[in-house]
Amino acid sequence: MKRLVVILLCLLISLGCAKKQKDTNTITLWHWMTDREEVLQELAKQYEAQTGIKIKIELYAPSETYTRKIIASAQTKVLPDVFGILDKKEIFAAFIKNGFVADLTNEFSKNNSEWEKSLFPKALDINRFEEDNVYGVNPGIYGVPLDVTNIQMLYNKKLLKKAGFENPPKTFDEFLVMIGALNRIGITGFVSGWGELWLADCFASNYAFNIIGEEKIMATYRGEVPYTDPDWIKVFEVFETLKNKGALIDGIVTKVNKFAEQDFALERAAFAFNGSWCVNVYQKMNPDLDYAPMIPPSISSNYPMKIWGAAGSSFVVNNSTVNKDKAIAFLKWLTDEKQQTFLSKETKNLPANRKALSSIPKVLFDFAKVADQTTHPTVWKYNEAVLVAEKFDKGIQSIIIGDKTPSQVAQEVQEVKQQVMEKENRRKKRQ
Amino acid sequence: MSNALTKNKISLLKDNASSFLFIVPAVMIFSVFYIYPFYDIFKLSLHEWNGIDLQKHFVGFENFVELMSDNEWWGSLWHAGFITLVALTFQNLLAFALAFACDRELKMKNFYRVVFFIPPVLSEVVVGLIWTWILYSGTQYGEHIGLLNYFLDKIHLQHLINNWLSNPKTALPCIAIVHSWKGFGWGFIMFLAGLQTIDRQLYEAAKVDGAGKWGMLKNITLPMMIPVICVVVILTILGSMQAFLLIISMMGNGLADYTSVPVTKIIDAMIGSKRFGYACAQGVSFGVILIMISFSFKIIADKLKKI
Amino acid sequence: METNKYRMLQFLGSVVIHSFLIVSALSCLFPLFWMFRSSLMSLDTIFTDKSFIPSVINFGNYATAWIDGGFGVYLLNSVLYTVVVVTGIVIISSLAAFAFSRLEFPGKNFFFIMFLVAMMIPLPGSFVPLYVLMTKLGLVNTRIGYILCMINVGLSMSILLLKTFFDKMSSDLEDAARIDGCSKLRIWWHVGLPLAKPAIAVIIIFNSLNVWNEYILAQLLLNENNLMPLQVGLMRFQGAHSVDYPVLMAGLTIAVVPIVFVYLVMHKHSFNGLTSGATVG
Repeated sequence: MKRLVVILLCLLISLGCAKKQKDTNTITLWHWMTDREEVLQELAKQYEAQTGIKIKIELYAPSETYTRKIIASAQTKVLPDVFGILDKKEIFAAFIKNGFVADLTNEFSKNNSEWEKSLFPKALDINRFEEDNVYGVNPGIYGVPLDVTNIQMLYNKKLLKKAGFENPPKTFDEFLVMIGALNRIGITGFVSGWGELWLADCFASNYAFNIIGEEKIMATYRGEVPYTDPDWIKVFEVFETLKNKGALIDGIVTKVNKFAEQDFALERAAFAFNGSWCVNVYQKMNPDLDYAPMIPPSISSNYPMKIWGAAGSSFVVNNSTVNKDKAIAFLKWLTDEKQQTFLSKETKNLPANRKALSSIPKVLFDFAKVADQTTHPTVWKYNEAVLVAEKFDKGIQSIIIGDKTPSQVAQEVQEVKQQVMEKENRRKKRQ
Repeated sequence: MSNALTKNKISLLKDNASSFLFIVPAVMIFSVFYIYPFYDIFKLSLHEWNGIDLQKHFVGFENFVELMSDNEWWGSLWHAGFITLVALTFQNLLAFALAFACDRELKMKNFYRVVFFIPPVLSEVVVGLIWTWILYSGTQYGEHIGLLNYFLDKIHLQHLINNWLSNPKTALPCIAIVHSWKGFGWGFIMFLAGLQTIDRQLYEAAKVDGAGKWGMLKNITLPMMIPVICVVVILTILGSMQAFLLIISMMGNGLADYTSVPVTKIIDAMIGSKRFGYACAQGVSFGVILIMISFSFKIIADKLKKI
Repeated sequence: METNKYRMLQFLGSVVIHSFLIVSALSCLFPLFWMFRSSLMSLDTIFTDKSFIPSVINFGNYATAWIDGGFGVYLLNSVLYTVVVVTGIVIISSLAAFAFSRLEFPGKNFFFIMFLVAMMIPLPGSFVPLYVLMTKLGLVNTRIGYILCMINVGLSMSILLLKTFFDKMSSDLEDAARIDGCSKLRIWWHVGLPLAKPAIAVIIIFNSLNVWNEYILAQLLLNENNLMPLQVGLMRFQGAHSVDYPVLMAGLTIAVVPIVFVYLVMHKHSFNGLTSGATVG
């Protein structure tokens, strides 16, 4: 027994102490995208064959574990050459301000902005910090978009036809009529993974843009317009209406998106609200599913409906690595037309490179068509404080389960907003 | 005389020192990998920090003050307390009853012993998948998809059909029951191990004295089992108070503020909102509460033992 | 008359007990069966094929899981980690528990309570300090660093459990050994450990499962793919969005087998070894 332990320990120590040499011909990349791991490994192999530079791709999953790894590594300054930041712009800004992330503005503008022009401007905006941004980051571009994700509504053509409709609804009223007809023949109207709060938040944001308009939303975030404003209550009322008309699938408030995707793929609901990654998911679960994306039906004619989009996955370059140039060169190669076409074909994600768009599947192309109607929290000038957003999202749940009325929720959200603002003011005074 | 005394003292000292050596490895690992991080966490709880900045902002006990008036946090503690109460009663009674049944000379006893350990071995993913299917609440063309609702429909108990996981009244109890189902195997093997250490002769003697089954359980089994029961209770408290994976895999971010538990709150504050200081304050206060619960339980148990 | 009634009651009682046991057993077996059944299906039939035994049986998922998932290396790592960590915990915690229960030294209660307290405090935020510490010690991305951390995780609880069992044991054998002039270490090895066998079996089961299912700490402390344990491989199957359920189920089934094996071996020691050992009680 003792001998066994001694032998094992010796073995371990000899195995364990890997030499840590900084190899200038190897670039380390950390990511969290389980579904893209295989393709990235394949591309890394190609790159090594072409340039002799080895790309070491390391995957950490689930994304929460990845976030832990990145945070812990930042503290000890052992971040890899290339990595991704999975967080709000505020945290992205913190990474930059602490000198962890390289400024790529010059790289993008080289050769008459060749690199910059090859990519979708909206995808780049996600990684861009404008002049005088609220985060206090030097203006510039700090990340390289790998792909683009749009979050949209989807409809099942077959089920809609069954209920007697050929085309998707344009207005909210039309949508409700369809829901009624679907319910009468025993089909649930709408499914989405609102057990993951951010998806419900995204849906609410779409309607807020439609009802309130961007300017007033930003004013709300700055604290100049209260959530008790009638317009915001109208946004909350969208959820009340959906619930009262029986549009929402039972248990939507605790539905994890994986299960919501299953429901839509198995034709248990006629409409869904999901991201463009779903093309890959539905394809695997039910190849015969006949569906198309659509813009959520607008409820007001005051402002255009906006959907969240363009923010896919991005990579940043470690500011203190000796391999900075090589890392940038690799990312440039990765966003080239050829590699982008390969990536979007294999992973069924929207490419970040404009030219690669021509060779993607039809459904995916439909997702890409609405690019001018997309927006994303990362490109807004202001963002809501996390605590307020949390209260907001939970308020939506409360409305759906019939716990609270829209005006009650508005009241509660506003209370949290005030607390957060007071705290912020106190902090400013102190500094 | 005095010489002998010092000699005694020295040998006692030697004896003490050699006894102390037994716990040295444990203490060493513990100090490095536990006390140091804990000290750091406590320090963090006095700061405001987003997890990334190289500078942490000292705020004193501000995080703890905020925590005191954070109703959602105390609510989450109550939810964990509810799950723990269900686990302590339902789960442990089940475990004890099954262990008691398997302790007898039963056919297939070995089969049961293996089978009851399956739930603890299964990954949360599988458990979450199966139970979300059982508790699923939607219909397709009028047919219930979820197993439980389908069953209720078939035996004409339609009024019991429910949105199990998104009804505030049933969400937490459902979680507690699934948690208990997943965990009773642990109680089972520990109770069984304890039951087997009871000398059979005690039972034989009691039988001769004309004791009934209930009397034997009350006068022999339970008193002999008190130490094991104590351990199981403490482990149940710790395990249930910190349960969270099932909630995440079955209902994502949870149902409004009806199903939050301390660990999900801490993770939300840390990974979600990047409020590391506050999350650490939550962790520290949670630890203090757990210590208070466990030690008050231990004091009660020690008194019970003396009776 | 009386005996008949008594027999009737006894019969009814055993019916109740057996149906209780059978129902409980079925509820435990069902998920296992379901997991295995799903692992034999393909992605396009898994949601639609409702039959008890799938119409098309497809063992290919196991090959996919094994090869694409790189399970070979992961499995070896997991076995190594589990064996070393569990051995370490058993030795270190039984030494400490033996001392806490049987030996006298100043500060005994203080240290024991320290371990107890440690068990109670969850350290969800400890990953940053821990990582900083491991970097300082040069243990990041090493097997030994991960092993030491995992030993620490299981230590407190094992000490508590073992101490409870040591406390329950009569000291006859131990006293006899002491009179024979055995050193404390020898008493621990020759008397303490064999008598604590059932408790040690429980600890082995508990900690094996713990190490076997761990993936968060592993990914925090390790970088190299060839150092990762099995659960990390399984996490990689579960994409953020797309999940290949049959392959995932195949992987989960592969992962369950060794731990069930550990349980089967240990449970024999735990339960059957005891009834004969009359010295305990």
